[in-house]
Amino acid sequence: MADAAIELVGINKSFGAVRANRDIHLKVEPGTIHGIIGENGAGKSTLMSILYGFYQADSGEIRIGGKPAAIKTPNEAIAHGIGMVHQHFMLVENFTVLENIILGAEGAALLNRGIARARGELHRLEQEYGLEVEPDAVIEELAVGLQQRVEILKALYRGAEILILDEPTGVLTPAEADHLFLILRRLKDEGKTVILITHKLREIMAVTDNVSVMRQGQMVATRKTSETTVEELAELMVGRRVLLHVEKGEAKPGEVKLSVRNLTVKDSRGVTMVKDVSFDVRGGEIVGIAGVAGNGQSELIETIAGIRKAVSGTVMLDGRPVDVTGAADPADLRRRGLAHVPEDRHHMGLILPFEEYENSILGYHNDPEYGNGVFLDLKAVEADARDKIAKYDIRPTDPHLKTANFSGGNQQKIVLAREMEQDPGVLIVGQPTRGVDVGAIEFIHKRLIAMRDAGKAVLLVSVELDEIRSLSDRILVMFDGRIVGERGPDATEGALGLLMAGVEQKEAAE
Amino acid sequence: MSAPYAKLPAWADYGLIPLINLIVAFFVAGLVVLLVGESPFEAVQLMIKGAFGSGRGIGYTLYYATNFIFTGLAVAVAFHAGLFNIGGEGQASVAGVGVAVVCLAFDSILPWWVTFPIAVVAAAIFGAAWALIPAWLQAYRGSHIVITTIMFNFIAASLMVYLLVNVFKAPGQQAPETRTFLEGANIPSLEPLLNMLGIAARRTPLNITFFLALLAAFGVWLLIWRSRLGYEIRTMGHSPKAARYAGIGEKRIIIVTMLISAGLAGLMALNPIMGAQDRMQLGFVGGAGFVGIAVALMGRSHPVGIILAAILFGMLYQGGAEIAFEMPNITREMIVVIMGLVIFFAGALEHMFRPAVQATLASLRPSSMGLKPKPAGDA
Ligand SMILES: Nc1ncnc2c1ncn2[C@@H]1O[C@H](COP(=O)(O)OP(=O)(O)OP(=O)(O)O)[C@@H](O)[C@H]1O
Ligand SMILES: [Mg+2]
Repeated sequence: MADAAIELVGINKSFGAVRANRDIHLKVEPGTIHGIIGENGAGKSTLMSILYGFYQADSGEIRIGGKPAAIKTPNEAIAHGIGMVHQHFMLVENFTVLENIILGAEGAALLNRGIARARGELHRLEQEYGLEVEPDAVIEELAVGLQQRVEILKALYRGAEILILDEPTGVLTPAEADHLFLILRRLKDEGKTVILITHKLREIMAVTDNVSVMRQGQMVATRKTSETTVEELAELMVGRRVLLHVEKGEAKPGEVKLSVRNLTVKDSRGVTMVKDVSFDVRGGEIVGIAGVAGNGQSELIETIAGIRKAVSGTVMLDGRPVDVTGAADPADLRRRGLAHVPEDRHHMGLILPFEEYENSILGYHNDPEYGNGVFLDLKAVEADARDKIAKYDIRPTDPHLKTANFSGGNQQKIVLAREMEQDPGVLIVGQPTRGVDVGAIEFIHKRLIAMRDAGKAVLLVSVELDEIRSLSDRILVMFDGRIVGERGPDATEGALGLLMAGVEQKEAAE
Repeated sequence: MSAPYAKLPAWADYGLIPLINLIVAFFVAGLVVLLVGESPFEAVQLMIKGAFGSGRGIGYTLYYATNFIFTGLAVAVAFHAGLFNIGGEGQASVAGVGVAVVCLAFDSILPWWVTFPIAVVAAAIFGAAWALIPAWLQAYRGSHIVITTIMFNFIAASLMVYLLVNVFKAPGQQAPETRTFLEGANIPSLEPLLNMLGIAARRTPLNITFFLALLAAFGVWLLIWRSRLGYEIRTMGHSPKAARYAGIGEKRIIIVTMLISAGLAGLMALNPIMGAQDRMQLGFVGGAGFVGIAVALMGRSHPVGIILAAILFGMLYQGGAEIAFEMPNITREMIVVIMGLVIFFAGALEHMFRPAVQATLASLRPSSMGLKPKPAGDA
């Protein structure tokens, strides 16, 4: 057998008291797709960051193609042909796609030459792998799904032979994910090696050749994908049997709590993203909005939450109007019982340099229970944060840890805990389980159902069709800013997929 | 994985890096001294002796430090909201007008301990007022605060000349300054205190404003890390998007933060006007507004760091004057060059040595490939 493309030998890494990686051994065969799975905080991203030179292992060895390699910086990793697509994108938000791609690989002192070359190369890569993006679009204007393509292109542009993808599908629709897997298979056929971290076991089964399981910093098992099952993997990960399907009873819809009429919203470029949208959400039901990322869902929920201004239309919360075209204030809406779990936890839902407990009051920081008129009562805030940490099993359990140092899934739980624990009458959730492990998904889904059963109105936006279908009592499909159809929870994936793709057929409804 | 590079431990971040920056700054400054034909070692000795070697030196060092604490805090507060207040110089000058008006009006009728608090309030209000237009323009028109505050420095400079020459200058007097204040505007010197501490000090300008500066530092700490407003300020500074999500009014925070920042800069005017010269002279701010930027950068926008950095710059001011006096080849201008170097390395090039320190620390850890891990806490 040829030398392993990558071999990790006895890797250890601690962050203070947290042992993120313990004595990790891993072999990745060249020309394969190797999956890595594990609970939130199991140490997957840390391990990959060591491989990519972001962190230094405390001890252990990395071998590339059989030879020991000292990788101290990402540049050295790139020189070894390793490319990485991060769980949390590392793009310069106000640069264009092209500028981001050549960043650090400008190639010449004068930008124009590098840019011209990059444009050609980018075009070739786009053609070859079907990764279309507008080269001159500014990153912050792009939907997350597109931003990810830029990340992949960036790695390929640097000639990556080994591509590490840390939860690449967290932001994609099934169709987009399928497309990504097509790309990954093409890469594999060319002899490239892919390491894929994901929480979606289905994807592991669909695309990988081998899969390794991490738990609490250790590598607990490696299997040939063809010789294992989803159930076995889930159990290996969590250490117990996991309920992979949501159990819920009949919905008992009550009063209309949230009512949206003829809402039209433009984004900062002036493009109309939400077009004349109307719907109601009643207490005691979960209304899911399905759609391919970038079809106006983000703008829709941000407008309802008071973050964005609408051009026209009305929103009523508990029968009282919300001034969505004027001075709607998120703080005021929170007081009126509207909680919002934003899609973009990193830029909106959390302040990463803050300590965990500081984030646990973001948006509620003026509430009387957290202090007096002027000062925060940090003891109370901390006690409250500890409560949430225990209740939502956020790990590590240290409220003073910097939020950036929590793993992705645990960051998500920090936001969820904050918003759900306010016991809101209306809950808007964007991508609630993005980047969250199977055990935590089970937990979050149970809590959403519990909120519904307690008579709350839940508006759920998710690009996970599975999630939409298993949680929602009614499904609205959004395409190009419009609601193009409403379906029951029993709608098939195929039927929803057609609607999401904008195939406008009245007959498809019947 | 969010923090791309492993962060430095606190001791390195707050201790080692500023120290390295300082050493390099002094090294380069030493080369300059060498170039003009003097001994850098003697210069350093002179500086330290000048700054700390006598009661008078200490008094002056702390007097200058008082100025820099105020202006450093001013820059830091704005910085926490992601705003760069370059206008400390102008804000402090205009605040001086407030102080002078209060002193001229009340020095013959009120005792100092009544005049002083009124002057404190006036200084803060006048300083803040000078930032109101830049703040408003930033909040409502998006005009960059750096540009507008710089322009307001120029306007303030001209305004001060006009006011001192045409309004405040006592009749028949030559210098552009107010008349000397009377008893009622004479705040206590800290000389007796220094003497009590066994430091023989005479004719030093150090006065009770120093304590006001320490108090302000404590107040800033409370504001930024303990108050609800501080929470909002920091949220804005880190992520305007998150601030919007949380319902924190961006415009409000910009304006309030700038007013607080400029108010702090304004307090600086008390020290020279009421504490040292007993009158308002032209140019009494003397660059403290700009030094404040370096102080805030070096002090990591934390009040404790700012106090330490302010004392360092106080030392440079005072010790530097001593060098200029003692060494014939080193002029007052030379000293400005040297201070500029320190500001350059300690402030502007703050991040220059960071990557190297990070890499060194990383390679010093027991990470040499192949070693057995150290047995750690949990199993
Ligand atoms: N820079 C850091 N400082 C302190 N602790 C850290 C740091 N980075 C990661 N950790 C901790 O190390 C552990 C492993 O984190 P890591 O991000 O590798 O998990 P993960 O397996 O990628 O999880 P997820 O699936 O949620 O992304 C976690 O407990 C995390 O809190
Ligand atoms: Mg991770």
